[in-house]
Amino acid sequence: MRPGCRFSTSTASADLTAAQQPDPFLPRLYRVGRVRRELVDTTTLELAPLDGSRPTFEPGQFNMLYAFGVGEVAISISGAADANSFIHTVRDVGAVSGAIAKLKAGATIGLRGPFGTSWPVVSAQGADVLLVAGGLGLAPLRPAIYHVLANRPRYGRVAILFGSRQPKDLLYRRELQQWRQRLDVDIEITVDHADANWQGNVGVVPALIRRATFDPRDTIALVCGPEVMMRFTVSTLRDAGVSTDRIYLAMERNMKCAVGLCGHCQFGPTFVCKDGPVMRFDKIAEIFAVREI
Amino acid sequence: MEGLDHILAEQPFFAGFSAEHSQLVAGCARNHRYDAGEYLFREGGPANEFFLIRHGQVALELVSPGQKPIVIATLSEGEIVGASWLVAPYRWMFDARAVALTRAIGIDAACLRGKCEADHHLGYEMMKRFLPILVKRLHATRLQILDVYGKR
Repeated sequence: MRPGCRFSTSTASADLTAAQQPDPFLPRLYRVGRVRRELVDTTTLELAPLDGSRPTFEPGQFNMLYAFGVGEVAISISGAADANSFIHTVRDVGAVSGAIAKLKAGATIGLRGPFGTSWPVVSAQGADVLLVAGGLGLAPLRPAIYHVLANRPRYGRVAILFGSRQPKDLLYRRELQQWRQRLDVDIEITVDHADANWQGNVGVVPALIRRATFDPRDTIALVCGPEVMMRFTVSTLRDAGVSTDRIYLAMERNMKCAVGLCGHCQFGPTFVCKDGPVMRFDKIAEIFAVREI
Repeated sequence: MEGLDHILAEQPFFAGFSAEHSQLVAGCARNHRYDAGEYLFREGGPANEFFLIRHGQVALELVSPGQKPIVIATLSEGEIVGASWLVAPYRWMFDARAVALTRAIGIDAACLRGKCEADHHLGYEMMKRFLPILVKRLHATRLQILDVYGKR
């Protein structure tokens, strides 16, 4: 932990990060295991190394996935830390992600990683935890949710607030239902658009913050989703009394090298691949809404 | 039986209200109970009351001919339903349907408008409470129409 920084993001231990391996640009080969269709355009893949063991990772980190002959893309890890495979949820939004989302079980893929900073799930122990996700933002938050739920007694109140476009776009629907059955977690789900058949909440995810029970002075908020959604969420959290050094965001930029060398993901004085993707809000508050950055 | 002024005083919306103002508002208030599916009001009807939800959930809906009603927003415990009573000609712009069994306090609009006119301090207190709600809902609506979860 950095001096003077009670709650900080952390990087994976030195012997585990790809950046410290001999050649961080060389992908390892992974086999696609089980494939699950989550939504019309979104697939979850289990990836196991062809040889050797799967590197460890921390919740919030990402891998660079390489579709041979197409290209490479940064995808957050969305599975549990104790799973045998890397689990990635990929939405088909372009050539590379589309090629990866269409992979079948048994296919081979290149993978570099894990990279980047992680959610402060250890330093948040003892505090209330708000996990706020929008759309596919639930995927990078899921490892943190797994960690918090697996270590539930170590945290105060826990609330998972999730917003989606419409009911049929709700990611991980089965797991949401399972989490909802727990008595020690407050789960609120909302959609932006719905017809009268939907019996749940309609409205934006920041509005759910006002309904959650937490002590703003002793709450850590982990937020992931489209950047506009995160801006509104941060504003609502601050209105509720959560200080900016207790709010963490997962930033998204065009990551290429993933080790802070190429500069494609530069965000002000930082590189999202190396200093992020998980960033403490007070560190980026002044540049967060700057259009050119 | 608990007086409506005490019930109102427990609601976050009325936090900080003086006892005198609470009694003035309570004089315009009455209890409501709506079963699931029942409507609090319908689009085009006279906006002669607004509601403070004590329990349950209310959906604001718009209906297009030949289509299922579109839910604009849902509101739950502690939230206010209805703003059209503030602005002439005082007509509802949406339907408000109880999604589940809902208990609410209804405030008679003409009664409260009259009291606010007579006591501008009360009017200002009401304005300070209503305006942030309206601004937050405006912001939320803007975020909603951005469709941030759609493909870019």
